[in-house]
Amino acid sequence: MLSAPPAHRPDVRRFRFPIMLSSLFPLGWAHYLAGGLVIGAGVALLYVATGRLAGMSSVFSSSWSFVSARAAFQQPRWRESRAWRLQLALGLVIGAALWWLTLGPAQPLTTAVPAWRLALGGLVAGFGARLAGGCTSGHGICGIGSLKLPSLLAVLTFMATGFITAQGLAMLGAAP
Amino acid sequence: MSAAIFTVIAGALFGFGLALSGMIRPEVVLAFLQWQDFGLMLVMAGGLALTLVAYQLVPRWRRTPLLSAAYEAHTARMQRDTFVGSALFGVGWGVSGVCPGPAIAGLGAGNLDMLWSLAGLAAGAWLQGVFAAPTGEGDWQEG
Repeated sequence: MLSAPPAHRPDVRRFRFPIMLSSLFPLGWAHYLAGGLVIGAGVALLYVATGRLAGMSSVFSSSWSFVSARAAFQQPRWRESRAWRLQLALGLVIGAALWWLTLGPAQPLTTAVPAWRLALGGLVAGFGARLAGGCTSGHGICGIGSLKLPSLLAVLTFMATGFITAQGLAMLGAAP
Repeated sequence: MSAAIFTVIAGALFGFGLALSGMIRPEVVLAFLQWQDFGLMLVMAGGLALTLVAYQLVPRWRRTPLLSAAYEAHTARMQRDTFVGSALFGVGWGVSGVCPGPAIAGLGAGNLDMLWSLAGLAAGAWLQGVFAAPTGEGDWQEG
């Protein structure tokens, strides 16, 4: 009597895990993990081959050095990295195009997010990422991958404000 | 030359992964930020797994990269700009569902709406450089 487990317990153990998975990942989980591993392979290859870190927000500063004479953009760190940062960006476009040709939909991707949100969000995110010295890739992947505590705290910070902003907009009726 | 080829190939892997994982769709990112789909955590975990191996272990096996003299070091700093900037970045990310990598990669999948994001990101980076850039050469940060 004392040692007998409750009759419902085996069912709970069997079903709780997949139910939890499908509520956390309603579109499935494998493509997320696979995609992340491919991203990591790219970041790792860049480092092993060239010693460079694959943060993507810097290209938006370094590329201004081609057209702006301002001191902020003419620093050696931007002039010296602007070529390879554009090469990396070109690779991103090529890689996504390869996905589109092999696994993607027949039609070009579109988004239901209105243009003003894309532009305004980009403006604020671009300013913020450059002020912070990194974004989801620069702090999130490269910084945490470098075991940098400031990067981990940066990620927690932008996750928090991202949650608040996206959920606040949703509460105000913005869709998606 | 070969460094350029490796850089483009590394970028192509990065871009393919962003597309495969759905990160080039703002709707998927916004679903994460609205706690409807936590897939972005798996993307970060997968990306970090191989990055940690490369950044932490490879320099112990090989003293220099294949094609250059030294590994670059990440220089994240515990300073105000890091956190003010990150807070702003999160706001912009929450408004648009787009961050720098997917804005660029999205073009490759034909999503021309990403031109709005790219214009915004470029304008934001310009404003930062003109009005908020640190002046000291010691303020190098990798992004």
